[in-house]
Amino acid sequence: MGIVPFLVVAWIIVAGLYGIVTSRDLIHTIVCLIVVQSSTYVLLLGVGYVTGGAAPYFWDIPVGTRAVDPVVQALALTDVVVEAAVTALLLAFAVQAQKRFGTLDPSQLAEFKG
Amino acid sequence: MDQLYALSVTVPLVAAAALLATRPLFARHRRVLDLVAAGVSAAVAVMLGFLVFRTSGADSTYWFAGFRPSGGIVIGIDFEAGPLSAGLACLGAVLMTASMVFSWRYFPRAGGYFHVLMLTFLAGMTGFCLTGDVFDLFVWFELMGVSAYALTAYRPEERGPIQGALNFAITNSVGAYLSLTGIALIYGRTGALNMAQIAAYVSHHPPSGLIVIAFLLIITGLLVKGAIVPFHFWLADAHAVAPTPVCVLFSGVMVELGLYGIARMYWSVFGTGLGHRAAISHLFLALGLLTAVVGALFCFRERHVKRLLAFSTISHAGMFLAGFALLTPLGLAGAALYVTGHAFVKAALFLAVGIVLHRLRSVNETWLHGRGRRLPVTGVIFTVAAFGLADLPPFGTFLGKGWIEDSAAAPWLTAIFIACGVLVGGAVLRVAGGVFYGLGDPPGEDPQMAAEANEETGETDEGRQRTPLSMLIPAAALAALGLAAGVAAMAPKIAAGIEAAAARFQDQPAYIATVLTSAHVTRVAPPYPVAPADVTVGSVVTALCSVLGAAALALAALYWRRLPLLRRGYEPGAGLTVPIRRFQSGIINDYITWLVAGVATLGGVLALVIR
Repeated sequence: MGIVPFLVVAWIIVAGLYGIVTSRDLIHTIVCLIVVQSSTYVLLLGVGYVTGGAAPYFWDIPVGTRAVDPVVQALALTDVVVEAAVTALLLAFAVQAQKRFGTLDPSQLAEFKG
Repeated sequence: MDQLYALSVTVPLVAAAALLATRPLFARHRRVLDLVAAGVSAAVAVMLGFLVFRTSGADSTYWFAGFRPSGGIVIGIDFEAGPLSAGLACLGAVLMTASMVFSWRYFPRAGGYFHVLMLTFLAGMTGFCLTGDVFDLFVWFELMGVSAYALTAYRPEERGPIQGALNFAITNSVGAYLSLTGIALIYGRTGALNMAQIAAYVSHHPPSGLIVIAFLLIITGLLVKGAIVPFHFWLADAHAVAPTPVCVLFSGVMVELGLYGIARMYWSVFGTGLGHRAAISHLFLALGLLTAVVGALFCFRERHVKRLLAFSTISHAGMFLAGFALLTPLGLAGAALYVTGHAFVKAALFLAVGIVLHRLRSVNETWLHGRGRRLPVTGVIFTVAAFGLADLPPFGTFLGKGWIEDSAAAPWLTAIFIACGVLVGGAVLRVAGGVFYGLGDPPGEDPQMAAEANEETGETDEGRQRTPLSMLIPAAALAALGLAAGVAAMAPKIAAGIEAAAARFQDQPAYIATVLTSAHVTRVAPPYPVAPADVTVGSVVTALCSVLGAAALALAALYWRRLPLLRRGYEPGAGLTVPIRRFQSGIINDYITWLVAGVATLGGVLALVIR
């Protein structure tokens, strides 16, 4: 696949970070954080991809068949779990922020610096 | 005995899960939760202490399910323990035990998931210290992180904690994802996730751009956790609002874990491959000293005592990084001892502040002026710990700092260290003198102050007439441990042991041999100059100058209105308030901008020095 997945990864990271930096709404910030994390899925799967490789289940294919790397898939799965935990927590914070501050604008939240 | 490695993380995790599952049973018996959590923390501390003792001669490795590497290829997952890594984890467990005892009477109700989160936090810290696998490093980092975010927002019904937790969680998550990107890149290049196997690959190939980028990205997340300028903004926001027993762990261990991660990555994985030792040393030294100065300046101007202690942690993190960055065994040994001494005295200070909050319902220094005279015992503990933070001999902080200065043997580094010590020590001693002894002129009534003074109302129980012993004893014990760490490290045998452990930590071939071939490496050929670790006259004089300077600065800050040099109505630093508020703005967008700018700058510098 060459360099294309890496360019895509870089693009997704930059897009996500740009979104966080310019965000005016916490939900938007959190979604942009998910975008940044999505780049790691693309990168992990891209790193382990083998052209023409089969799915790495050595059950109905003979041992020694060309297969994609199963390790990165396990890593991507773990990554998904981490993302689920972080996103759920952040969204809960955002709900509380809306209740306490009456706004989701990060620059107005900062008025009440702890 | 090998099972100790696995037990040190499974025991807290299983206990957390069990507490979560059986919580409804203990709705009326919250003491059971307290007892289990404190008991588990103490048990983990004992297990890790035993690991420190057992690895004092040579590091050892534990392979989960017995999947040992063969022919230099790793197929399993390992924990690798040496005195420094197990020691840091043990420090975390000791502080956890102390804050569990402290919170016995601190919280008004059994409330929420405090114990469960604290135990998963403990498991995350322990796993982070011991793991020998870069992807697991990320997973433990996130486990520790998610528990910490939730603990920061433990009082979600208030505004400050929500805002602090959001900034903390988003900044740290962005850092963690950049780290994961680096880990994926290094896996793509080397086909390995085990640190030793990556190190074996990297050290036998010329440094390529990809390796440098991977190193930069991996340490970004750790720099955020380690609160190094310009990645440090989240720390003050989070520390100021987290419950005080949690702050003990944040300041005492969590920040240091980020720095430990950088040290681990550099020495165990990338050091030999990257080369350019002098340039990398200078780069991290510059980062550390910048952080030390920025943290100290912000610390001195702060009036919110928890934020003040948070900024002092940033300043100290910079000094720890400077100690690592010397890349010598003595520098690392000094940093390790400094981390230990600092953790104990900083924890004691936070617990004392927790008592003040419990009794007097405020952490605003101006409002508290003189009101702490009702708390004489707490005042003594705070003052003793404040002198410890100001590096008074023979506290552990003094000797650790002294070793770093001896190792650098550079007057300018000593000068910067003294300046930071004077500012941070002066700030903490100013609080001690003003709050607990009523020294100095009573502050003028500030309209904003009264509003800010009582904003921390929900954290602890109704103000009581007596301070419970379960709060005083942990604080006093931690201050005493800070003193004991310094006294113990003065023994030549222990000092030599710490330095030997540091030299082993820095020896990459020994690490690779320990992990890949289960070698029993007891003696390393130090690749770096070794200087003996002892108490030099120079370090004592430097520390005494620093303490005297801090005391003088504290008195000057308390009595500045009487100084003849100043015109009437002058407020020190009044003109700086607006720029400082803009810098430390509390807006997450700004923090991420600084983070991106910091990564880009570091990347540029690394690209220039490593070709």
